[in-house]
Amino acid sequence: MQADDAAVVDRLRAGDQVAFATVVRQWSPAMLRVARAYVRTHASAEEVVQEAWLGVVRGLDGFEGRAELRTWVFRILVNCARRRGRTDSRMNAELGGPTVDPDRFRHDDDPYPGHWRSDAAPVDWGPEPVVLAAEFRAVLERALAELPERQRAVVELRDVHGFDREEVCDLLELTLANQRVLLHRGRAKLRSVLEGVLA
Amino acid sequence: MTPRDIACIELVEMLTDYLEGALPPDEVAAVEAHLDTCPPCRTYLAQLRATIRATGSVPVETLPDEAYDTLLAAFRDRSR
Repeated sequence: MQADDAAVVDRLRAGDQVAFATVVRQWSPAMLRVARAYVRTHASAEEVVQEAWLGVVRGLDGFEGRAELRTWVFRILVNCARRRGRTDSRMNAELGGPTVDPDRFRHDDDPYPGHWRSDAAPVDWGPEPVVLAAEFRAVLERALAELPERQRAVVELRDVHGFDREEVCDLLELTLANQRVLLHRGRAKLRSVLEGVLA
Repeated sequence: MTPRDIACIELVEMLTDYLEGALPPDEVAAVEAHLDTCPPCRTYLAQLRATIRATGSVPVETLPDEAYDTLLAAFRDRSR
């Protein structure tokens, strides 16, 4: 446990409401994504996150600080989410198929099969600040919301919240290989959505 | 040894493994050899990286305000 982590735990135990509100605001978005990968509806995911925080409140005095606070909180979350049961059937649909339309590549009768067709190759988007403009953030926000739940969970945990791959595998019960596939499919989809509005 | 030839259609599906450092060295060499000679795939990779960076600044969904109120109330009760 890091020094600032210990300080936060002390403040929480002392009943510091600002400290509690801060961690709840900071971690709930990522917790919601993790929960949503386990349960069927958004409403259930919100309930799971609330239930987890109530578990944190109850367990604070017993928290021994062997793990980081965040790791402990997310472990409680995963236990709550797992109790609600999960649906594994969706997993396969999230793993298969190409991420770029095969028609954008030359066919087998071409001298260069599998290479970009000149009329369908990616076109430069221009300077990066363009992609970061507010209107494209809104596009990405909608595109994220439309990803299958586990792709969305992996992409948001990795690329928005900065979790490392081992943590993501642990929280979502994925192998490293499947984590990469979900990340790949999610990122590729977001790229193609941006391409649709930029190119 | 010359790296094996990769077609673009295959390369685009290898890029996350490449960025994650999950490819064996000979495959890394094959990816990089392809990128060296293929401007459209370089563009594709640049777009993937730009997408990842842009995703980092997207506002994300969180709990509804009522949920925060409930949790804060529970926290206050604990402290009493």
